[in-house]
Order: sequence, then C-alpha cells, then structure tokens
Amino acid sequence: MIAEIGHFALILALLMAVVQSTLPLIGAHKGYESWMATARPAAIMQFVLVAISFGSLTQLYLTSDFSVLNVVQNSHTAKPLLYKIAGVWANHEGSLLLWVLILALFGSAVAVFGANLPPKLRARVLSVQAMIAVGFYLFMLLTSNPFERIFPAPINGQDLNPLLQDPGLALHPPMLYLGYVGFSMAFSFAIAALIEGRVDAAWARWVRPWTLAAWCFLTGGVALGSWWAYYELGWGGWWFWDPVENASFMPWLAGTALLHSSTVVEKRDTLKGWTILLAIITFSLSLLGTFLVRSGALTSVHAFATDPARGVFILGLLIVVIGGSLALFAWRAPALVSTGVFQPISREGALLLNNLIMATAAAAVLLGTLYPLFLDAIGGDKVSVGAPFFNAVFIPLMVPMIVAMAVGPMLSWKRADLKPAFSRLWAAALAAGLLMATVWVIKTDGPFMGVIGAGLAVWLFAGTGVELAERLRLFKVPLSDSFSRLRRTPRAAWGMTLGHLGLAITIAGMTGAGSWRTESIQAMKPGERVTVAGYEFIFDGAKDGIGPNYSIVEGTFRVFKDGKAFVTLRPEKRIYNVSKRPTTEAAIHTTFFGDLYAVVGDKDPNGAYVTRLYFNPLVAWMWGGVIIMIAGGGLSLTDRRHRIGAPAKRTGQGAAVAQAAGA
Amino acid sequence: MFNRLIYILPLTVFLIMAVYFAIGLTKDPKILPSALIDKPIPEFVLPPIEGGPGKGFSSADLRGKGVSVVNVFASWCVPCRIEHPQITRLAQLKVATLYGLNYKDKPENALKWLAELGDPYAAHGADPRGRVGIDFGVYGIPETFIIDNNGIIRYKYVGPIDAARLEKVILPIIKKFSK
Repeated sequence: MIAEIGHFALILALLMAVVQSTLPLIGAHKGYESWMATARPAAIMQFVLVAISFGSLTQLYLTSDFSVLNVVQNSHTAKPLLYKIAGVWANHEGSLLLWVLILALFGSAVAVFGANLPPKLRARVLSVQAMIAVGFYLFMLLTSNPFERIFPAPINGQDLNPLLQDPGLALHPPMLYLGYVGFSMAFSFAIAALIEGRVDAAWARWVRPWTLAAWCFLTGGVALGSWWAYYELGWGGWWFWDPVENASFMPWLAGTALLHSSTVVEKRDTLKGWTILLAIITFSLSLLGTFLVRSGALTSVHAFATDPARGVFILGLLIVVIGGSLALFAWRAPALVSTGVFQPISREGALLLNNLIMATAAAAVLLGTLYPLFLDAIGGDKVSVGAPFFNAVFIPLMVPMIVAMAVGPMLSWKRADLKPAFSRLWAAALAAGLLMATVWVIKTDGPFMGVIGAGLAVWLFAGTGVELAERLRLFKVPLSDSFSRLRRTPRAAWGMTLGHLGLAITIAGMTGAGSWRTESIQAMKPGERVTVAGYEFIFDGAKDGIGPNYSIVEGTFRVFKDGKAFVTLRPEKRIYNVSKRPTTEAAIHTTFFGDLYAVVGDKDPNGAYVTRLYFNPLVAWMWGGVIIMIAGGGLSLTDRRHRIGAPAKRTGQGAAVAQAAGA
Repeated sequence: MFNRLIYILPLTVFLIMAVYFAIGLTKDPKILPSALIDKPIPEFVLPPIEGGPGKGFSSADLRGKGVSVVNVFASWCVPCRIEHPQITRLAQLKVATLYGLNYKDKPENALKWLAELGDPYAAHGADPRGRVGIDFGVYGIPETFIIDNNGIIRYKYVGPIDAARLEKVILPIIKKFSK
C-alpha cells in the first residue's frame, strides 16, 4: 500500500510539474496574470507530493518491506538504522528521487520566499524548474521506478554494497545533490533571463545566493567523497581522478567560475553572455555528473548496472536540456547588452582570467573523462585515462591561476596597474621564496611539485593576508581605525578572504599528502616492528570479532615515537555477511603535521598479515582548508545585500525579502 | 557575423559530444573482447554439485547437440540473482541447452540457491576452485557464453542479462547459430 501511495504521488507530481512548466510560461509571455499565478501553488504542491513519495520509500526501507524490488536489492533486516535510511538514496532509483525532492524543495523556496522577484521572472524561473522536473519524473516513472514490486517477496534483502555502508558516504550524495540541484536555480534564472532578454545587476543579485549555496554544498560533497576514498578504500590516497570523482569536480570548477563572473555582472554590468553561458554549462555538467555515473556510458568502480533503455532516455534528456538551452543561448544571448567597459589589467580582467582558467580546467577534465568513450566510439581500444594525464594538464593550469589569485583582489575595477599590486605583495613573495628554498634543502630528493606547491600555498596565504591588511590599512592608520574598518568590512569580502585562505591551506595539505608521503607495505608476524617516518609500529597480531552485519578481523599496532608510546591503531577488515564482500577500515590517527594510517590485510599461510603503513603529511590541512572555504561561502551568503535585497520594494517587506535571499 | 558564430559555438561543441555519446551508448561497456570468441571451448570435465542431482557436464556435451549456453553463476553473486528470471526464461524457450557452471561456491549454498530460485539448467557442474573458470577466461560473474554445435564459443557476455538483452541480443545470436 505504501509503495502504491509513493508511486501515485510521483505520478501526481509529474502532472503538477507539467502544469507548472506550461501555464506560467505562456502567462508570462501573454501577460495573463492568473496563469502566471499558478506557478507558486503548483511549485509548493509539487514539493508536497514528492515529499510524500520520498517519505513512502523511506518508510519501506525502515520497515524492510521486501515486496519492493528496490528494498530487496539494497537493504537487509540486519542493516543498521543509519544505512537503512541512507539506503534510500544509495541506489539509482532512490538517488533520483532524492534529486527531484531537492529540486522541488528549491522550487517551492522560490515560490514561498520569492516575493521580491518581478512576477514575470518568477513565473519563468519556476516554469523552467518544472521542465527539468518533468524530465526527471518521466525518467523515473518510465525506466527507474523505485516502487516496483517483486513477487514472490524474498525472505530477506541482498544488503547494500558494503563500501557504501559508511557514515561519510551516507551524507555524500545529499550534499552533492544539494550542490548539483542548487545550480539548477542559476540555470533556471539564466534561461528566464534569456527568454526575457534582460540581465542586470538585480538579476545577478538574485542568482548569487543560489550559486553560493550550491557551491558550498558541492564543495562539501566533493570533499566528503574524497575523505571517504581516503579512509575507506584503504589505499592512503585521497583523489584518484576516477570518472565519478571527475563528474562532481567538473561542475565545481564551472560553478567556481560562475561565482566569480556573477560578481562582475552585479558590480560592473558586463560579462553577461559569458555568465549566462557559465550558468548553463555548470548545470549541464551537474546533469552530466548525475547521469554519467549511471548511464553505463562510462565504466568505473562505482558504476551501477547498465540498462540500455535508461541510457537512451538520459541522452535524450541531455540533448533536450543542454542542447535546447545552448540553442536558446545562441539565439538570444547576442541581444544582451553590456555597458561596463574594462581594461585587461583590472579586477574584471583578473576575474575573467580566473574564469578562463577554470573553464579550461573543466574542459580538460571533461576531455580526460570522456576520452575513453570517444576512442571507443571511433573504434579504438578500450583505454582509461589515468592520473598522469590529469596531473600533466591540471597542475600547469592551476599554477598561474593561484599566482594570479593573490594579485587579482589587489586590482581596482575598470583599470589597474600591476606594478603597485606586485610591489605591495613583496612580503608574500619573500615568504614564498624562503619556504621554497627551505623545502628544496630539506626535501631535495622529493618531487619538485612539493617545492612549487609549498610556494604557491604560502604565496596565496600571505597574498590574501596582505590584501586584508591593505583593506584595513593596518599599521598605516591607528589600530582603532583598522578595527572599525574590520567591523565595517562587508561579509561578502570576508567570504572572499576566507575562501582564498582556505584554498591556500588546502593546497598546503594536498602538497604534503601528494609529495611527501611515506609508505611501507610488508607481511608482518605478531611482534614484528616497522619504522615509518620516525614512528615505530609494533604489530600485536589480529583477532576476530563480530559487527552488526559483518565479521571483523581487527589488527592492533602500537606506535612509538622517540621510544615513548604514542598511540594504538586498530585497523579492521570487514566481511559483510550477506554479500561476502570485504571492506577495509583504515585506522587513522590525525596529528597537526600528518596522519598515521594503518591497514591490515589478509593472513598468509605462514601466519603473517599483509600490512600497509603510511605517514600522510598535512592531510588534516586539506579538510580544514575546505571547511574554511565553505565557511567563507556561508559568510558571504549572509551578506547584507542578500539579506536586504537590492532594488527591493521600499515598503516594509524586509523580512520576506531577507528570507528570500537567505533561502 | 563573427560575433554571432561565437554564440553558436557552445551548441556546436555540445552536439558533437552528443553524437559521441550516442555512439558510446550503442557500444556496451560490458562486452569486452574475449580472446576465446570464435575459438573452441577448453577441454574440461565438471563433477555435479556435491550432493545434488545430475552427473555434471563436460566439453563433450557441448559438441554436436545444437547450440548450448553456459551460464556461470554462484550463490554469493548478487547480480546472478537479478538475472535468474531471464535465465529461467531462456531455459523455458528451449532454444538451446542451458548449462550452469557453479563458480567458486560451497555446494550446500549452491543447492539452497537452486532450491530457492528454481533450477533452470539442463545440467550443472561444480567448479569450486575456479579451474575451469580460468580456462573460460571468467573474471566477473555472472558470465554467459553461447557455444555453437561444433563447440566454438560465439559470444560472451559479462554481467546480468536483463529482459531487453535476452530479447534483442542473446536470442537472435542463438537463432543465428542454430541453423
């Protein structure tokens, strides 16, 4: 019964979306106010219906209803509660349901809080949102119904893929999808603007909070995925340039570019066509990211089962959404008039440089991810493009960008001079040079990238600091003046500063973990010891144990530093009862300077265990930097101009407007 | 004019990509070229699943008795369970003799599996150590081989067979080699 309610609610949501995607659009074109007015109730109703549908599936998982195929394939009565809930979206059908739930949530947020939007723009935005939703509902109902029954019902389920039974991965998809779907708002606003033929500062200000929020979530989602790979896959690495990782990274790159270019539209009324294009591309890459993983067009460790009917539908959907919007762009964008003019050396120029590099990087990642597909299509071999390609292309792009990142914020709008900007950065250059020399001396045998990475991190950190000091006129005016400047600095500016500082710290972490890792792989018998990066690991053997739905082999390592007991690590190897698949639970001890990372493997006939021990320097900096970046985005989101809304009605609608901007 | 072209560029690039996607879709990532296609089957004798019915099967059974299908399965393999209805349907259509190769499995689990889901196979053989599996180039089950009347391997599919694949690929190939 619950399955049928969920299924039926989904069908009703489709019908609601069909209404929402047509009536308001026609109404906005013809000027029928009553038609336009249907958008808001329809958007809210759509959300209610999808929520019922999602709630039904969750209930089916919680009660382990094995008459539903989706539950059979992804759940088991012995599965812990958290993963019963996470199981809802840890599969193809359920993840799509989560996707439309978030889409409908955002749509209804525009409906409820968008009182300050011009009625026509609001109607069009909601219509475009609903069009995306129609595509997804049809896809689910026709090819991927999560509520499909199975008869006869098996006694128990097949359990969730053990790799996915992990707290990091339970949260990863919702975060990622909040990011992907968040960019659908920027997309809808872009399409509505193309239809209207108008892009102005007010438009940019409405789009910005959505882009910022989506960016924060996506940043979190990508980092969670990377964190999961780091501790769960047990290889000690944190980024593998796997197609699935790339799929989430491409929209991040494009979204970061969008974030920067929308500032230019807002402040300087230029780069309009480009910003619209970026909004389309960012969401297109989000769609690609959602589907690439599932279509089977690319194979990867994470890939879901291939179904030809799904692949064809996905391709059709991509052609309609991406092709359609790009065609609209080709037709309407030339009419967008930019009024602002700027010299190449200016704040706008620097932001444009950022955009071009980010877009090129996204294109390079796209090329590398799809290259195996292209080659296969023209009859070449099955190949996979690995880390060497990505590192060779990506790193040379990022180096000049990070050099420019410290300079850009020092430049003034419209026209600037490089010389004074660089001369103010002498301290940053000195610090970077000193550290590079130090690293060079200490780690002469290490990869040269380590030296460059360390230099970049310090350059960016110090450069951002110098910019902040300049802004506060630190040491140039009395400290109390600086302090009052500090208090008056808009939150958006703080967001930029934090974002850049966070990235600097992340780069330091990546450099450490990427360049100076120490590893030791060996077979160890109980009582044997190995020294890794100055830490002495004594293996105390392994013992068997039982978890809720798996059995455990738990190894124990006592770690000594300078002859003193430092920490005890207990890595596990789990065998899940239902699928019999093993997972690795690395034991990680995080310190400020690096992670001690231990993995225990199989026992060989001589009674020795394969063990892998790593010292991964500065890993915590990576995650810490990401958290600072997200905090920067969040702070910028609460900036006064988003709370107040720019050319909003002057009458006392402040509260509603504030909510609209914050939503 | 040039300006106009710039705006059309993104659409053009996307359409070219879409063509590649379309071609990519027609290529199944799961059909991996097998070194054994169009080669004779390896020589083997498989005992029956311990405690189960039948006498097992051997390479001799796959020659001169029309088209055969060898389906590699195991009780621990989740996708095998998913494709089981299609395998059962294939058996019911009686277009080819269906053999089950029980791969790296415990006999009691395999028998329980067959009892629970039904046993579609004309005969099954146990390969608990995966020796015969190695000769067949098995690396990710379920795998399905189509073998013609002369004992030549004509087709190999890795992964669960769904209804569409059974209808559009497997059955036509069996038909082609039945003549």
